[in-house]
Amino acid sequence: MTRDIFVVAYDSDPEGSRVLNYAIERAKRADADLLLVHILEWSPYKFLTQEEVAERSKRRREELSIAEQRIIAPALQKARAAGVNAESEIRYGQVVELIVKIAKELNGTQIFVGRSGSNSVAARIFGSVPLGLAQVSPLPTVIVP
Amino acid sequence: MKISTATMMAALGMSATAPAAHAALDETINTAVASVTTPFVNIIFAPLPGTSFPWIVLWLVVGAAVFTLYFAFIQFRAFGHAIALVAGKYSDPNDAGEVSHFQALTTALSGTVGLGNIAGVAVAISIGGPGATFWMILAGLLGMASKFTECTLAVKFRKEHADGTVSGGPMYYMRKGFAEKGMPKIGIILSILFSIFCVLASLGAGNMFQVNQAHQQLTGIFGDYPGWISGIIFALVVFAVILGGLKSIAQVTEKVVPLMAFLYVACALAILIANYDMIGWAFGQIFMGAFTSLGVAGGMVGALIQGFRRAAFSNEAGVGSAAIAHSAVKTKEPVTEGFVSLLEPFIDTVVICTMTALVIIITGVLQTDPQTGLYIWNAEAGQIATLDGASGVGLTSVAFETVFSWFPYVLAVAVILFAFSTMISWSYYGLKAWTYMFGESKLQQTVFKVIFCVFVVIGAAADLGPVIDFSDAALFAMAVVNILALYVLMNVVRREMQSYLDRLKGGVIRKYS
Repeated sequence: MTRDIFVVAYDSDPEGSRVLNYAIERAKRADADLLLVHILEWSPYKFLTQEEVAERSKRRREELSIAEQRIIAPALQKARAAGVNAESEIRYGQVVELIVKIAKELNGTQIFVGRSGSNSVAARIFGSVPLGLAQVSPLPTVIVP
Repeated sequence: MKISTATMMAALGMSATAPAAHAALDETINTAVASVTTPFVNIIFAPLPGTSFPWIVLWLVVGAAVFTLYFAFIQFRAFGHAIALVAGKYSDPNDAGEVSHFQALTTALSGTVGLGNIAGVAVAISIGGPGATFWMILAGLLGMASKFTECTLAVKFRKEHADGTVSGGPMYYMRKGFAEKGMPKIGIILSILFSIFCVLASLGAGNMFQVNQAHQQLTGIFGDYPGWISGIIFALVVFAVILGGLKSIAQVTEKVVPLMAFLYVACALAILIANYDMIGWAFGQIFMGAFTSLGVAGGMVGALIQGFRRAAFSNEAGVGSAAIAHSAVKTKEPVTEGFVSLLEPFIDTVVICTMTALVIIITGVLQTDPQTGLYIWNAEAGQIATLDGASGVGLTSVAFETVFSWFPYVLAVAVILFAFSTMISWSYYGLKAWTYMFGESKLQQTVFKVIFCVFVVIGAAADLGPVIDFSDAALFAMAVVNILALYVLMNVVRREMQSYLDRLKGGVIRKYS
């Protein structure tokens, strides 16, 4: 039987570590693997200044390396130290859409997400990530408070 | 974006007399500058023998026509594909986070959409009659091929630095492209010439002229006050953005400017929809005026000259400025950026300028003789008699005001913001040309940026006719050098284009969504 894959929408805030801890705990019990997904918010329709356009490739490289080294690497280490198999994905785009897409592509069985952002004004107007996932996720989704 | 300074100044009723304190200094500067620059200005804007048609405008239009034929009407053949590219249908999701085609297009557009679309069209119609619109649209359609050529080359021959930043534009394709053709020395000479003209144009047409216009709008709102106050305020803001790294201001402008453009078009559309029964008549006027006089003094030739001139001033096709803006896009296929860029003259000239023209014609601010139906020519002002005698930005403002009474305020804010975003764009073009000549060191960058800010104050404070005329001439001198280079390098573009179109047809280039 193939092992279950738990997809974790991960960010480096305190809530992120709560989600991670909870997902590690669950994965251990279910003998599942973890897939840590970190999304860098990005819209190809956002207006850029001339200088931003010229420096975009450079910035992208920097952003990816920061996400890789400061956010994902420690989380992977923590999961592996706890004895759980863990892989990661870093991508640019719209958070909810991409998490669902990656979960489908890599045959995830469950999604874990923090309750982050639900108090901000923007989240109230446009809907937060957990709310978005609750609405569109094709997989069982755990919202960790 | 740009429109001829002399006409604009006259059109806006700008005073030629600076405050007394400045008068002596102005005069000294003017005389000194004029003695050196007048011959250059005269050559660039010289009319063709026996006409009032500046040869430089013909140079731009002939160039555009040659590219249109050489690439077999690529602006129409690739139009649909260009829209698909901008919509991201061919963007590899793995490249997410890089500059998208949409972003490159909007960034380049923010440099060109501006005064030309608002004031330039009004000048063209009030002098050349509604028929000027026809020639303006034609020039805009042809100009799409020039943009396609220069932007494809800009991406193909750009320089990618080790840290991932990109430098590109006409100076790079002149240097590298000519070297590949075995003419390295000519390439270097052209690239240096282009860079010199680009720096001058950025300080003049892209800076002093803009801040001057913005100041005029501000005095329209707050009453008359010395220009140096606007100059210092603008200089501080520009300084904060380009030197202080206060990107947030630029980011805000980049968001507000498209919004303003959208609002402008929406107002125009609302007027057109409300008067939908007159649109057919207005186009009738445009077509008739293109080939007959309709009472306009210059007749068909006058309409043609005005239309061609304003289109060239507005969309900058062939000038080479947009090539700098488009060169930074991450793409494996340089020609895709060329396709995207050909939408620019279309949006700028064919859509936005035409809307302004239709509103001016439909709202009836141009006075006609009720007996003959012909336009009344005001020989003294050298233009068609208008409501309140308005001209330039004023005419557009009056036309919109007949429907929306609050429009002049919106327009004033729009002009100020357009001027600001044009200045930020041109500070970048000028910087790229400067660092091309003097190296990309931090010091050289700072030197240029400080010079740029100083010119903001000068531009707002003084009435430096000859200086601005010279920088206007520099803008068009860019086109002389650039189009020359485009002729030499256009077969490179055709190779790229053919290979890409073949692969697109054969299904090698795939759609992602």
